[in-house]
Amino acid sequence: MTMTPAKVPRELDSPLDGGVGESRRRPDGTLKVTGEFAYSSDLWLEGMLWGVTLRSPHPRARIRSIDVSEALAHPGVEAVLTHEDVPGFKFYGLEHKDQPVLAIDQVRYQGEPVALVAADHPEVARRAAAKIKVDYEVLTPITDARRAAFDPDCEKVHEDGNVVRHQPVIFGGDVAEARAGADVIVSETFEVGIQDQAFLGPESGLAVPGEDGGVDLYVATQWMHSDLWQIAPCLGLPEEKVRMTMAGVGGAFGGREDLSMQIHAAMLAMRTGKPVKIVYNREESFFGHVHRHPARMRYEYGATRDGKLVFAEAEIILDGGAYASSTPNVVGNAASLGVGPYKIPSIRVDAYGVYTNNPPCGAMRGFGAVQACFAYESMMDRMAAALGLDPVTFRQINAAHPGDALATGQVLEHMAPLAEMLGRLKAMPMPPERDAAGHDLRELPGGVSNTTHGEGVRRGVGYGVGIKNICFSEGFDDYSTARVRLSIIGGEPTVLVHTSAAEVGQGLVTLKAQIARSELGVRRVTIAPADNQVGSAGSSSASRQSYMTGGAVKVACEAVRERMFKLFEERLGRPPASLAEAVEHLPEVLGDEVIDETREFHHHRTERMDPVTGQANSHTQLAICVHRAVVDVDVELGLVKVVELAAVQDVGKIMNPLSLEGQIHGGTAQGLGLALMEEIVVADGKVRNPSFTDYLIPTILDMPPMRLDILEYADPRAPYGLRGAGEPPTLSSTPAIVAAIRDASGLALTRVPVRPEHIAGSS
Amino acid sequence: MEFLRPTSWGEALAAKADAPGAVPIAGGTDVMVELNFDKHRPEALLDLNRVGELATWSEEEDGRLRVGAAVPYARIIGELGGRLPGLAMAARTVGSPQIRNRGTVGGNLGAASPAGDSHPPLLAADAEIEVESAARGTRMIPAGEFYTGVKRSALAPDELIRAFHVRPAEGPQQFSKIGTRNAMVIAVCSFGLALHPSDQRIGTGIGSAAPTPRRAFEAEEYAAGELDWAGRSPLDERVARRFGELAARAAAPIDDVRGTAEYRLHALSVMARRTLTWAWKDYLNGGATACA
Amino acid sequence: MERGETAVRAEIALRVNGEERRVVADTRTSLLDLLRERLGLTGSKKGCDHGQCGACTVLVDGRRVNACLALAVAHQGADVVTVEGLADGDEPHPLQRAFVENDAFQCGYCTPGQLCSAVGVLAEAARGWPSHVTADLAADGVELDEAEIRERMSGNICRCGAYPGIVAAIREAAGGGTAR
Repeated sequence: MTMTPAKVPRELDSPLDGGVGESRRRPDGTLKVTGEFAYSSDLWLEGMLWGVTLRSPHPRARIRSIDVSEALAHPGVEAVLTHEDVPGFKFYGLEHKDQPVLAIDQVRYQGEPVALVAADHPEVARRAAAKIKVDYEVLTPITDARRAAFDPDCEKVHEDGNVVRHQPVIFGGDVAEARAGADVIVSETFEVGIQDQAFLGPESGLAVPGEDGGVDLYVATQWMHSDLWQIAPCLGLPEEKVRMTMAGVGGAFGGREDLSMQIHAAMLAMRTGKPVKIVYNREESFFGHVHRHPARMRYEYGATRDGKLVFAEAEIILDGGAYASSTPNVVGNAASLGVGPYKIPSIRVDAYGVYTNNPPCGAMRGFGAVQACFAYESMMDRMAAALGLDPVTFRQINAAHPGDALATGQVLEHMAPLAEMLGRLKAMPMPPERDAAGHDLRELPGGVSNTTHGEGVRRGVGYGVGIKNICFSEGFDDYSTARVRLSIIGGEPTVLVHTSAAEVGQGLVTLKAQIARSELGVRRVTIAPADNQVGSAGSSSASRQSYMTGGAVKVACEAVRERMFKLFEERLGRPPASLAEAVEHLPEVLGDEVIDETREFHHHRTERMDPVTGQANSHTQLAICVHRAVVDVDVELGLVKVVELAAVQDVGKIMNPLSLEGQIHGGTAQGLGLALMEEIVVADGKVRNPSFTDYLIPTILDMPPMRLDILEYADPRAPYGLRGAGEPPTLSSTPAIVAAIRDASGLALTRVPVRPEHIAGSS
Repeated sequence: MEFLRPTSWGEALAAKADAPGAVPIAGGTDVMVELNFDKHRPEALLDLNRVGELATWSEEEDGRLRVGAAVPYARIIGELGGRLPGLAMAARTVGSPQIRNRGTVGGNLGAASPAGDSHPPLLAADAEIEVESAARGTRMIPAGEFYTGVKRSALAPDELIRAFHVRPAEGPQQFSKIGTRNAMVIAVCSFGLALHPSDQRIGTGIGSAAPTPRRAFEAEEYAAGELDWAGRSPLDERVARRFGELAARAAAPIDDVRGTAEYRLHALSVMARRTLTWAWKDYLNGGATACA
Repeated sequence: MERGETAVRAEIALRVNGEERRVVADTRTSLLDLLRERLGLTGSKKGCDHGQCGACTVLVDGRRVNACLALAVAHQGADVVTVEGLADGDEPHPLQRAFVENDAFQCGYCTPGQLCSAVGVLAEAARGWPSHVTADLAADGVELDEAEIRERMSGNICRCGAYPGIVAAIREAAGGGTAR
């Protein structure tokens, strides 16, 4: 008998109305507001064990020996496993299989999993894990990414060298020549600290051993099939014996693209023959997933006196930490989007992804484009200032228009002109001036902490532009799969939409129902839980699911509609006059029959970047968001109150106004976090703030009201003409806020997050 | 872990005498963090929630307020905001509304963290801490002598904190705290200030900028001497600035993940200068500060 | 074994969502773990175990608290309301309805805590409790405008950034209109 957890993901009934383009309620909304939604941490099975991970306290060490005997003897303990117990292939990874399931003979970052314990109670498992004796020979960690990349004498984190990927981009004329012709040259080095996804629901899941020797996994992930392709070989199982069901996901933002507890829980379940649950606490979560790459970026721009950029040169170093994760693609993004959506005759970008013994980094909302955006937008402001031009005007002069090429030579098509977006942004009303007389603390930097009654407070305004690739790039044949089933239930036509796509909060379940309703004209739509009984949907990342899984649901619905029409004609001797008529007659036409169609949707092909020049049509779709930030800064204490954020974004087609606004708000808030407060602080390879006490996320008091202007320049290649929307606002809000602080303080501010001590004393 | 539930103060003292390792708990907002992360495994917890008197406050014959150790911050703000404005201002920056519903000054004192928000206003207002043991009875510890080291206090292992005593504000009070976000933040550093017009004196308290919360004596003396109490003339900007410098000089901060030592010193000097300016302005306007 | 390692169990009696519940648990158990692991009420969420995210917010004797910072055994006899107890039978609480209508969440993990916190806010305002920022402490009644809602909801983090929707939902439930 298969064991099913007490609280499992279930089918979602969608509201009975609302097609594409309308603000509809989420089908999972009621479950989420009643506490019934089954998140991965809520799963429970009678007799289940609790798994715990022993992690390395050192960022770099050799393991001389591991002694598990005392832990194994601890009452209540059912298994203690090390790398020797990994049943199959001992390494995994998104792009390079360089990460051991459990450390083998050495550890390369603080928090690397070394051993696993399963026991009848989490407390027992923790106590037992503390009794595992690991004899470490501690080594000096390699922590300087630049040195790791360029110093031939630097030790290697992995045998094959410290540079994971170097991607140059060479565009247009010779940079040295262009430099000679520039009237004004500015250069600067920028830094971006490590941002964490900090999803609120820590990593967790349940593994249930199957009678066939396989395993049932209930996990919260972003791409179930990518998990599966990594898990099955490590467990030594064929893919069909690893049955996966998506449990409720408490936020993702890129942090669930890599595996965390999946293989570990499965190993413990297979070894003990019992269900095993693993739940990380917040501290462990900081070590349990990859972060946003910290970056060090050296930029130099030249322009003519009349405000035209003539060259751009950039060196971008992204510290990928101990394992590759998605570093290669992050490098590709940083390189290809390294100077933003501007028309520059000569460009040279060198982007590097590097191995060190720092925390491993990979995907986070914005994926490589965020870091570069902070640098190139800071450069745009700096050059504008050097030329004595208004920052918006300077951007408009140099904005790439549809038909112009990016640094990779890829031509911008079917999108809103940046210059016009900036014009609209600048024309939006400004928030009222601060009332200098009153001092409502809530409106001042520092809030009720009562640090100023107006002293030192200056207002600043800043602008930011960001360009993000939508969907996977660089020649990857990306696709999504959808199964759509039409039947008559209780006399009413009912559609079931089944995909393996991860609903991570973005509202894909709402969108799938809207598409099915629009394409099939049916009121009743049910969303099946995501599992691997249907083909891959690809990842809930790269702002791609509306495009890809939306596209797959659309084509599957079209196939169902075609059969529906054919059946209508067979039964009634004529084609239906309209979709409505076909649906009206469905109960008699369909009877007990079921129409069940599965379709794959692929986007148009892209190209790999040329390894020497970076030239290629590497991106599927591009999207731009522009932000204006208005801030009040206490320039003496360095405290910032963001007064208002305004954004203009081109989304191709508004599929659901309410959830679209939510995406823009959310992306903007995370960009605000990076600008002002969010950073994993690392010293000598060790994380110093793995808690929500010291890793600060914006609260409701930090996130100001927003003005939005949403444009719809349809992309004819995309379903409904839509453009992915979740990531672009994460890019542009950061530089806009920092620009506004610079405007208020007059400081250069070359690093994010901007800390109070970077501003203080600037009055 | 034993869980002790005295129903009276006497029982609580007896229990503490019996098990000096027992950790007192009221709101739990501090102790539970340690328990949840397994940082501390006390042999016993001493639940003070049934000792009703600890959650009450009263006016004493000496004119002071006696505030039970387990009165939560939310009530200090709501019930005592007018009379203890400095403490109330600090209280409203503690954690979140949820934490203010449960957390107590007694807990802040027991933990004796240099970052505790109640310490600077208690120091500035010359509060005294009433502690008691079954063996030796009651003793009053001035706030300035209570904090002895990082997370260490003058409390003996068999003693419990019963209350703090403090005069209702007779002059303006201020509290100012640096945090890198607008809510739910532990102090990077903080400063409390109280004017004591009848003694022509000011009190100060520095938070999160030394191993213990501490007063800035030199600054206090300097300002007391420079301020024109009787003539009520406006504050000289140079005096305010000097006061700020002296306040910062009293601190001994370190670099940590929340901020640099240099920034803390700078911020303290600014907060001290500003709070003195506001308080003096209020004094000239003839009033004490309401907790606004 | 040291003394502190000995698990001591105690019977804990609580009224949870209107039902009397009795359970024997380790004295170290937090109210959150008791609700989630022992009483099967997994609606309240564990986000940080630190009181720094608010996902575990429940109402204890009518006041909002972080269940992760509440020791279960210290709450003998308390009246606890969790997200599972907000609805009136099949009739959702007006805040639950408003959260859905205003898209006041995305992943939804913080939502149970946001809702319990918001219920606490409405109750506090109805009782005329001054906000911790209200200038006039003697004012009768409290108007829950946007600034007031933000101030009072500052103990609940939403990582998805659905704050505009949360403000709109609470305003709507408080009868203050639906302006976003």
